[in-house]
Amino acid sequence: MAKVTKEYKTVSQIAGPLIFVKKTEPVGYQEMVAVRLSDGSVRRGQVLDSSDDLVVVQIFEGTTGIDRSASVRFLGEAMKMPVSRDMLGRVLSGAGEPIDGGAPIVPEKELGIEGAAINPWARDSPADFIETGISTIDGMNTLVRGQKLPIFSASGLPHNDIALQIARQAKVRGENEEFAVVFIAMGITNEEKQMFMKEFERTGALKSAVVFLNLADDPAVERIVTPRLGLTTAEYMAFELGMQVLVIMTDVTNYCEALRQVSAAREEVPGRRGYPGYMYTDLAQLYERAGRIKDKKGSITQIPILSMPGDDITHPIPDLSGYITEGQIVLSRELHRNGIYPPVNVSSSLSRLMNSGIGKGKTRDDHKAVSDQLYAAYAEGKDLRGLVAIVGKDSLSEKDRKYLDFADLFEDRIVRQGHDEDRSIEQTLDISWDILTELDEDQLTRIDRKYIEKYLPKK
Amino acid sequence: MTAEQGVIYRVAGPVVTAIGISPRMYDVVHVGNEKLMGEVIKIVGDKTIIQVYEETSGVKPGEPVTNTGLPLVVELGPGLLTSVYDGIQRPLPVLREMMGDFIFRGATAPGLSRDVEWEFVPAVKAGDEVSAGQVLGTVQEGPMVHKIMVPPAVPKGKVEKVAEKGKYNVDKVIAVVDGRELTMVQKWPVRGPRPVAEKYMPDVPLITGLRVLDTMFPLAKGGAAAIPGAFGTGKTVTQQSLAKFSDAEIVVYIGCGERGNEMTEVLTEFPELTDPKTGESLMKRTVLIANTSNMPVAAREASVYTGMTIAEYFRDMGYNVALMADSTSRWAEAMREISSRLEEMPGEEGYPAYLAGRLSEFYERACRAKTLNGEDGSVTVIGAVSPPGGDLSEPVTQNTLRIVRVFWALDTKLRERRHFPTINWLTSYTMYGKDLAGWFKKNVSEDFIDQRTWAMQVLQKESELQEVVQMVGSDSLPDEQKMTLEVARMIREIFLQQNAYHPIDCYCPMERQYVMVKLIRKYSDLADKAIANGIAVDKIAYLPVRQRFNQAKYEEKIDEEMKAVGVDMEEQFKGLGV
Repeated sequence: MAKVTKEYKTVSQIAGPLIFVKKTEPVGYQEMVAVRLSDGSVRRGQVLDSSDDLVVVQIFEGTTGIDRSASVRFLGEAMKMPVSRDMLGRVLSGAGEPIDGGAPIVPEKELGIEGAAINPWARDSPADFIETGISTIDGMNTLVRGQKLPIFSASGLPHNDIALQIARQAKVRGENEEFAVVFIAMGITNEEKQMFMKEFERTGALKSAVVFLNLADDPAVERIVTPRLGLTTAEYMAFELGMQVLVIMTDVTNYCEALRQVSAAREEVPGRRGYPGYMYTDLAQLYERAGRIKDKKGSITQIPILSMPGDDITHPIPDLSGYITEGQIVLSRELHRNGIYPPVNVSSSLSRLMNSGIGKGKTRDDHKAVSDQLYAAYAEGKDLRGLVAIVGKDSLSEKDRKYLDFADLFEDRIVRQGHDEDRSIEQTLDISWDILTELDEDQLTRIDRKYIEKYLPKK
Repeated sequence: MTAEQGVIYRVAGPVVTAIGISPRMYDVVHVGNEKLMGEVIKIVGDKTIIQVYEETSGVKPGEPVTNTGLPLVVELGPGLLTSVYDGIQRPLPVLREMMGDFIFRGATAPGLSRDVEWEFVPAVKAGDEVSAGQVLGTVQEGPMVHKIMVPPAVPKGKVEKVAEKGKYNVDKVIAVVDGRELTMVQKWPVRGPRPVAEKYMPDVPLITGLRVLDTMFPLAKGGAAAIPGAFGTGKTVTQQSLAKFSDAEIVVYIGCGERGNEMTEVLTEFPELTDPKTGESLMKRTVLIANTSNMPVAAREASVYTGMTIAEYFRDMGYNVALMADSTSRWAEAMREISSRLEEMPGEEGYPAYLAGRLSEFYERACRAKTLNGEDGSVTVIGAVSPPGGDLSEPVTQNTLRIVRVFWALDTKLRERRHFPTINWLTSYTMYGKDLAGWFKKNVSEDFIDQRTWAMQVLQKESELQEVVQMVGSDSLPDEQKMTLEVARMIREIFLQQNAYHPIDCYCPMERQYVMVKLIRKYSDLADKAIANGIAVDKIAYLPVRQRFNQAKYEEKIDEEMKAVGVDMEEQFKGLGV
């Protein structure tokens, strides 16, 4: 790194979050930049485009108040994140500065935030169960270490509550496993921030978590950096300290909006709905940082949360996410209206790696069969609801009426649970068996005899 | 060639502009102090625009740029089989040894190992006249014979010297032709097709042993097929079956811009699959290319060409090669991304206007041909498309379907109904039917095409009847139509469904496929007669032989069993008075 860094007063243009600096010495792509304003305050930025004539810098804190007399200093290296084990229990801003009033973090290491791709040859297949304490996830859309499983929500649905509940309850089974949560909030409102902080403190979940908070009124550019800071921290804890790390990111939609905003400011050619053409790659660079590595103890599991604009699952954000992640948990407005929390629509949810995380030795031998049976019977019952609306309940057969009742029972006892109710997988499976008694035994077509004998409660 | 030196003028993401060099389009250049690999994609006046295959963070204007004067090439020679490469032929296991679990930039590793020595057996002697493509000698590479050929660009000449039988590494000169030293490695620029003597008409089918493919929707050797590759449709199983059982000797699998964890699945499962032909690991005749979604986008763009060139090289030895590209949509997205960085005028949905051109150039490299050395070889392409939102009208799918002549529609609903393979018989199609008819007539049976047409008609009829049944119930159908539904069900359950994991059922030879359709048709014909005689459908549809027929495909002595089913069938229908 150059010892003496020159200050330039050659700002030629300011547009959106970008400033254009002329006649510099060679500047590296993605190099960090400090801009001193006429009032003495300093802002940080990053080089987006560097040429002999012109350097384009995006300013993290926004360009409000910057004029052409600002002086620009190039710091000679790309953005780094100081990381340390002591970060557990800390609350950081979206730019990685402590905001909990505690001592500054003494770094054990400084890591580049872009993160390198895991060599596909070095990857290990996701395996082993992560318990979230939520029945619809654990029982029917099981989360597996190394997986990325997003929650597709929409405005007005309680995804933040679910995020908090998972952050608080999630755990791995097995001895000698260190578990940590990295909670990355992007573009959240001040109210949400207050709520997150209060909850983290109230429940004591903070002590094994690192929290990054980027607020809605923080500049868009910072929002693009926040998840990278968080994931760099997660990688350090997982692959260097050997912890099982769960990364919760909310709300990816805000992140994508920021991406679009910056792209537009750079006058890039827009892709679908104005989002940049590289959004797939950009999202992949976040999501693909989940995984396990051969011969390493730790893992990174991700739960990104995104709200679907206009409840539209084909919108580019959920669509591209769905192509990268391994399944999705979909929230339902209908269940929410009926007062059911968490309003998980199991019919359209899916965990693609579920089978590698369940069964004997991981959860319980009957897990898959029970889950298949719940899916099938609930689907049957839901179909019948449509029919009942037309022909009335009386015209149903005895068996169909049982399916119908089962669907209600399923929503009431499996889907519905308290905000603080932490169900173990055994409890979830036991409740499942309990409601399955409402069906006749010959309706349990998806379950092997031996499990019925072993687990079905006698009436 | 003296390397030409220039300097960087501008850096913006993976796109770097250089001045001071005057390269040709698609020449490879080394960028910056770390010598990152890149490719020239545009020349504007004295400025050269380069797409760089690696991260460019920290690269500065003023750093050196070296023009190699050569386009992007792959190394072709012994050692390709069993390899796992990234998009620009860097071996991933070697990269892991060099720099650990993550891929950092600036690493180079040759595509072929220099440490391994191969047993070379010469096929020519000094004084022989040889021309491009001719086999100089052979190397046994696992179960395959790897032919060492005269590279296509070498003019006809006399062999001055040839190495004796013995062990050599790939850099050792094994022959001298008119003063030109040849080793076991040849290099070929990936973006252009390797030459062949003559392209054939696609009139030989790629036999896969999957009934629904071979009989209903056959693909020609040297043809191209598209499969929509949404996750959870059974794409992986279908691809694995093809890799295992198709009569292609070499498999090239390109994981292009897909999930890391999905790639891990392929990387761990392929070595575990046993090759039914050799009893060894399938990996021994496979080349894998893995460029996941978070690896550099320019390398993703190059990965399909790298794979194709390797496939063509094996074709030139006279082998039949199956190339699977998963997914071509991600490749198209890489083109879009680079195009938008170049600020090119976008076409449909932001894709570059040359999307259709690039796709057809790629698929056109699939062919069955007479090679330069007079043998027959082929490259068959099976490309997965991942339409966003499942919408088949998007540009990549549409442009692909305009080029490829086979579409195997994998269907989630069939998977939910546990119907495997999940290829939908109503929405899939093949346009090779006519071209391949001659082969089927000659090699299977004169009336094979007729049987296939009959089966398709029954299935079509079924889907029409199903609509009626949904409205009025099946009871109100006349007997013939009820029987049609039953026959269609037999076609679906006995013929179309196939268990990829069952030792007998996993592979069904053409002759047997024919026998099975004929048997179902026999049942249908006999049933028609019975109905005409006024026998109730229930009686006909549930003859005991039907159960036996259902199970026949799992029997050890399957061909005898099929015959026995035929005999039973006749007897039991006789019992009904037919």
